[in-house]
Amino acid sequence: MTLRLGVPSKGRLMEKTFEWFGTRGIALRRAGSEREYSGLVEGIDGVEMVLLSAGEIPRELSAGRIHLGVTGSDMVREKLANWDQQVREIAPMGFGGADLVIAVPQAWVDVETLDDLDAVAAQFRAGHGHRLRIATKYHRLVREFLREHGVADYALIDSQGATEGTVKNDSAEAVADITSTGETLRANFLKVLSDGLVHASQATLFKSRAADWNDATRGTLREIEARIGA
Amino acid sequence: MIQSEVKRAARDRATLLLGLFQSGGAMPVETGLLQPAETLLDLYGEDIRGRAFVTSDPLRGEMMLRPDFTVPVVQMHMAGGADPARYTYAGEVFRKQEADPARPIEYLQVGLELFGGTDPAAADAEVFAAMAEVLAPLPLRAATGDIGILVAAVQGLDTTEVRKAALLRHIWRPRRFRQLLDRFGGRTPTPPGRAMLLSTKDPLADAGPLLGKRTEAEIAKRIERLRQDAETPPISEVQLALIDAILSLRETAPNVLVALRDMSADLPLLEPAVDRLAARLDALVAHGIAVDDLAFEASFGRTSMEYYDGFVFGFSFDGRPDLPPVATGGRYDALTRVLGQGRGIPAVGGVIRPEVLIAGETS
Repeated sequence: MTLRLGVPSKGRLMEKTFEWFGTRGIALRRAGSEREYSGLVEGIDGVEMVLLSAGEIPRELSAGRIHLGVTGSDMVREKLANWDQQVREIAPMGFGGADLVIAVPQAWVDVETLDDLDAVAAQFRAGHGHRLRIATKYHRLVREFLREHGVADYALIDSQGATEGTVKNDSAEAVADITSTGETLRANFLKVLSDGLVHASQATLFKSRAADWNDATRGTLREIEARIGA
Repeated sequence: MIQSEVKRAARDRATLLLGLFQSGGAMPVETGLLQPAETLLDLYGEDIRGRAFVTSDPLRGEMMLRPDFTVPVVQMHMAGGADPARYTYAGEVFRKQEADPARPIEYLQVGLELFGGTDPAAADAEVFAAMAEVLAPLPLRAATGDIGILVAAVQGLDTTEVRKAALLRHIWRPRRFRQLLDRFGGRTPTPPGRAMLLSTKDPLADAGPLLGKRTEAEIAKRIERLRQDAETPPISEVQLALIDAILSLRETAPNVLVALRDMSADLPLLEPAVDRLAARLDALVAHGIAVDDLAFEASFGRTSMEYYDGFVFGFSFDGRPDLPPVATGGRYDALTRVLGQGRGIPAVGGVIRPEVLIAGETS
């Protein structure tokens, strides 16, 4: 039986993943045309590559349809409840780094910390009759972070793209979004709270706890772990 | 999944309990399984999304599967109930479980709620005694508390109303409450940019474009507040220590009463809340409750549901830490003020979980 390895199916994340495994003696390649979502694995026996959208990999790991999978650590935490009981982190891969941060308008000169955000949320709700809106795609992560830090009187607004623009468009007062350099946030006149780092994400190799682990797949996993030094 | 026999036994027990509350003078009421999400979100905030199932109706918008009965029962009563009024109900509530798959996502609750009246101590005692009576003679341990003590202690602090309001807002969030107390007590340093902000004449001058609905006037007002706060002396060590002492009170109710009487010498505004506790203990005695070994914890009931603001209680099976409390309840006057847009009514109630009751009995 082969070990199924889920890999992001396109873009930089795919290329970087191929490169990462390649330098560790495991050559991953796309089979056939660009449109075909199957792959070739050389340099190790018993591994089948499955190309998937990075956003689907957490679910596939959780269901045990793949044994291993590469995706952002933020995706796993956002999409899987009790993520650490469903998957195990085998190796952080050192690329695809991005921070999920809470950002507010630069003009809010009185807001530096979560403590300020909480105070402003109370003031805002009293003055505007609704909660301070934070636009995000990462509902679970942000809600848990703000609960943990005791921030109240906010509401999360769903934003699946161009989140930085929501404040300018008056559909949110603040955002919780992924940034690698902060440039897009600055270009949209937003600033990150000093203690507003929700999660520092990077591409990570995960192991599914629910997959079918038999002698053959366990043996293959040990071989992979030896190659990657995990 | 749901086993028929287990479910039927729980339902039978719920009906029995409902009957007992009914013969005690409570009026049975029903509420919808689907509740408008807006009311609940407004009341509990974003946290409720993590705990309640949300669905939607094309015409009514977002709806939630009933996470508890309290809100709809309060609304029903406020729309025209008698004063005083006693209600009882039985039915399913639904809770998402993001952390623990062993916890049920739907279970029964049988409740008793008392509204109005002129003697809150008597109403508190009546609900507690009614719960204790229908749960007897099970090997249960009762715990009690009183959020009103902490509220009174905060109100009695020698500091600004703004600081007191900030602390009161976070009574139910122990970690943030602690952070605020440390800051107001001068125990934590102010953020690095704060001094600069407060010393700048026109801090908004180079701030860039103001985006979103928060106005310049609001920012200026907050800066003014920060200025005032920077000039406010820290809450004294003596008073901080008193709050700590109150939070760590964990004794029998009569011993707590004695300790609080001592403390109110240093914090006179505590006195009325302590009097209320004393009156409640007397009322409990009048209902035949043995208060001498009744456990009291001042931090009891400070969970994330912003709910109880006075007397709180819970009943748990002795030696069964694996089971959640079989019954919980308390006073929630503040919640009725929010739902009634300022018009509040005295309200106290409690719920029993028949499934937990059966699980505890069969062990």
